[in-house]
Amino acid sequence: MHAHPDFLAHFDAALRGGPLPAGLTARDAAEVERRFAVYRNNVAVSLTEALATRFPVIRRLVGAEYFAPLARLYAEADRPKSPVLAEWGAGFAGFLDGFAPLSAYPYLGDVARIEYARGRAFHAADASPVDPARLAAADPGRVRLVLHPSVALLGLTHPAVSVWARNQPGGETLPLAAGPQTALILRDAAFQVPVQAIGPGDAALLRAVLAGACLSDAAAAAQRAEPGHDPQPLLVTLMRAGAMTDATE
Amino acid sequence: MTAMTSRFVLGASLAGALGAMAVTPVMAQEMEKCFGVALAGQNDCAAGPGTTCAGTSKVDYQGNAWKLVPAGTCMTMDLPAAEDGMARSGSLEALERDVPKA
Repeated sequence: MHAHPDFLAHFDAALRGGPLPAGLTARDAAEVERRFAVYRNNVAVSLTEALATRFPVIRRLVGAEYFAPLARLYAEADRPKSPVLAEWGAGFAGFLDGFAPLSAYPYLGDVARIEYARGRAFHAADASPVDPARLAAADPGRVRLVLHPSVALLGLTHPAVSVWARNQPGGETLPLAAGPQTALILRDAAFQVPVQAIGPGDAALLRAVLAGACLSDAAAAAQRAEPGHDPQPLLVTLMRAGAMTDATE
Repeated sequence: MTAMTSRFVLGASLAGALGAMAVTPVMAQEMEKCFGVALAGQNDCAAGPGTTCAGTSKVDYQGNAWKLVPAGTCMTMDLPAAEDGMARSGSLEALERDVPKA
């Protein structure tokens, strides 16, 4: 008799193409292999579909016919570790970076980083917007702004924000940027998850705020990154999105 | 500009930024689930991306698939009539029309 965990380990290995676990039976013993293949196929197809749901732009960029075998290779290399499929795919960007047959398309990994970050932002915890009265009375030299848990900043090597945007419905004619981009991703109060490319000043401001700096230190960091930077447009954008959740002194 | 005046100018502009933030309303549109209006593959899902129900509707205007739309617009939005000429409209409850055969 196999211990249950042992059986599960063998079952999982067999799903990946290993030998069948001991103890399997079928009405006709000769059919065991063919019946087990149903499990193999179900796992492979459902993981492929889960990955395609999570990375629709990657699927669109490489095409559905290429994506299916690509997803199977990824599923074998990086199995889901949680039963929550929405958490799977954190390693897909790195997998694409190292996938030699796609080395002519080096931006794919960054596009996957955006898509994974969007899913995380969508499922991030809820938080209520800050009471505006607390901002009006705040001292910039002391106030620390707290951002919504969905707010994420991605430093990307490639112009992946514009690649992503061009592959959204109606985005085909948007300009394609050159060079690295920084992406700001958040879930706004209407439950949309927009992706925005931001400049070096905005990026420095956000990094400092996320690291817990007071507002004037964050603005000074933004000035160093981009002389003449005005923090107000970004701060107002975050406020409008409901992404400013607290102000502490 | 000395470090101190630069600090002062920055402080004044930040007080202005804080004031602007304080009067910025949060844009949260009220949404409602609307059945029978999503195009094939474009339905929303309670659990969102990464799950298996979003984007799974098989036909346009599938009656048991829903999409989030601005509140108050579900019943009144214009939809093309069905092939048999029957008028379509959105619904806050699941519909039996335009459901693919299993």
